[in-house]
Amino acid sequence: MVKVSSWGQLEHSEHRVSYLSNRDNIASQLANTSSHGLAHGMGRSYGDVCLNPNGQLWSTTGLNRFISFDEETGLLRCESGILLQDIQQLFIPRGWIIPVTPGTQLITVGGAIANDVHGKNHHVSGSFGDHVQKIKLLRTDGSIINCGPELEPEWFTATVGGFGLTGVIVEVELQLRPVPSAWIDAENIAYDNLTEFFQLADDSEKDWEYTVSWIDCLSKQGRGIFMRGNASETSEPVVQSKKITVPFTPPISLVNKLTLKPFNMAYFHKKKYWAGKQHVHYEPFFYPLDKLLKWNRIYGSKGFYQYQSVIPRHVGADAVQEMLNQISRSGEGSFLAVLKTFGNRESVGMMSFPQPGVTLALDFPNKGKKTIKLLENLDAIVREAKGRIYLAKDARMPRDLFEAGYPNLDTFLQYRDSGISSALSRRLIGS
Amino acid sequence: MLDNTKKRIIIIGATSSIAEHCARLWVTNKSVDLALVGRNAEKLKKLSMDLKVRSPQSTINEIAINFTQVRDINALVDGLASKGTLDLVLIAHGSLPEQQECQRNLNTCADEMLINGVSPVLVSEAFITYMEKNNTGTLAVIGSVAGDRGRKSNYVYGAAKGLVTRYIQGLQHRLASTKVKVVLIKPGPTETPMTAHLKQQGVKLASVEGVAEDIVKGIEKGKPVIYTPSKWMVIMMVIRHLPRFVFNKMDI
Repeated sequence: MVKVSSWGQLEHSEHRVSYLSNRDNIASQLANTSSHGLAHGMGRSYGDVCLNPNGQLWSTTGLNRFISFDEETGLLRCESGILLQDIQQLFIPRGWIIPVTPGTQLITVGGAIANDVHGKNHHVSGSFGDHVQKIKLLRTDGSIINCGPELEPEWFTATVGGFGLTGVIVEVELQLRPVPSAWIDAENIAYDNLTEFFQLADDSEKDWEYTVSWIDCLSKQGRGIFMRGNASETSEPVVQSKKITVPFTPPISLVNKLTLKPFNMAYFHKKKYWAGKQHVHYEPFFYPLDKLLKWNRIYGSKGFYQYQSVIPRHVGADAVQEMLNQISRSGEGSFLAVLKTFGNRESVGMMSFPQPGVTLALDFPNKGKKTIKLLENLDAIVREAKGRIYLAKDARMPRDLFEAGYPNLDTFLQYRDSGISSALSRRLIGS
Repeated sequence: MLDNTKKRIIIIGATSSIAEHCARLWVTNKSVDLALVGRNAEKLKKLSMDLKVRSPQSTINEIAINFTQVRDINALVDGLASKGTLDLVLIAHGSLPEQQECQRNLNTCADEMLINGVSPVLVSEAFITYMEKNNTGTLAVIGSVAGDRGRKSNYVYGAAKGLVTRYIQGLQHRLASTKVKVVLIKPGPTETPMTAHLKQQGVKLASVEGVAEDIVKGIEKGKPVIYTPSKWMVIMMVIRHLPRFVFNKMDI
């Protein structure tokens, strides 16, 4: 048994782990499992979607081989345990980029599909699943399902965003996109309230591929920094910055009442001071936190909760304002608070998170009941606004909110693999 | 036709995880002429497909052989040497046996001694003849920290790796006045499919990417002995020098 935790480090639970490394003999490894299992990549989801306490995990990080690449079309075939970082570092210098990437590249392709991750360019490129051409799915009964947008499309839409429950993703065909350089033409703009944010978001949609914003959630009116960018035609020499590792987990969270206010204020004013146009390498632009390895340790030994919701646009401004009010009333706070609008498009997956509207992501150090109470107040806002919560970040949402937010659940369950179970599936689906 | 501008690298036991990660670093740094030698043709094929995606300009060939037959080893080395100079040969094949099984079953014991000890020596000996004749190239062999001192939990594997250690020492002595470099690599326990059972028991394992990086850098510098991760140099120095009455009380 090995102790495994997810990125939120809320619990460290015992798992039996087997390591997949040869894509041709996985069926026998899956069959060799006495209890329910679950594919597990880098463990970078925040809650319990990647955990299966006291059960089996099939670690996929050894499935890290490329299979083929077509230089003409940009179609990449690879095993599912390849990291986004491996793809970006190899292909960006060759003029190809992963079309959609979240805020870390230290995740596997399989995990990116299972959680149908999104990025700063949702309004242009949708989510990760929009660029997957084919998935080779292995079921615990030994059967193999090859699926894609046109091939067994029901299996495809169930597996994209299907949080690992439809089978083990073994191989993937991913469509990369041409990119002129490794650089981004970016612009930072400070905003003083939510009205300004929505104005900026709407104005930027047409001409900017990447949009996102950091919001100071301690400010009641919702000030923040809006960041937008486009792929740049010009390159500069890259200065390799050294990665730093948070060396140990402190007993208490370093994100707390004493530190958060000055931190947020300093961050806002620094960014405001340096606002304007910039030429940025893709790594600090897409993955600012990847250079601080094990940053989840700063929340202390009790770990932290992430809370990411999406709210339909017509009630978005009110709901976000109400969430900020609740946070400020609770005296809790969040540093990694991200506010972003999603484009007006439906997701590929039956259970995918992105939908038209505005999404707010927050992090809270785990202070037990106090934190749970705040999150329940936020739930009430999401419920009333008919929004949904992101499964990749969730460790505690109530079942009714899950069922209300994911209306395709019943259809999805027809494609579930009965040999697979996770802490999240037991919590929200009952098995 | 051989492309003379590309560095010519031969990897024996190429499908082992450490060797695979070294190969990735070599092809990503520069296009090379690579021969992947292993037991399992299917695994070699997968490895070669991966490396071709990483480095379309590299020349990559797969050769499947049995490492324990002298005839096969000679044929392999003659074939490779006839095509030109060898710049780098990495010998990485091996297996990690269950010590208890080696004690119970002398056939297992013999097989493990053969694959981890005798075979790397035979392959090295076959290559070094050519390298000495051309007075150029680097031979790097993967040994193990387990070869530094015998201990009850894995002394059969340790003895085979110890054999490799002594052999390389002799080879380094023999070739000291030539331009041929001989490198002995001693990894500590590393996270590979070979050690998956150790991880289940909670043993701390080094990342295979880090180990491969140490090896590639060490070979470039021409270090005679590479401990990786480097802390094992200190740990093994202590273990080698522990007096027997202390050592014998340790459960390692």
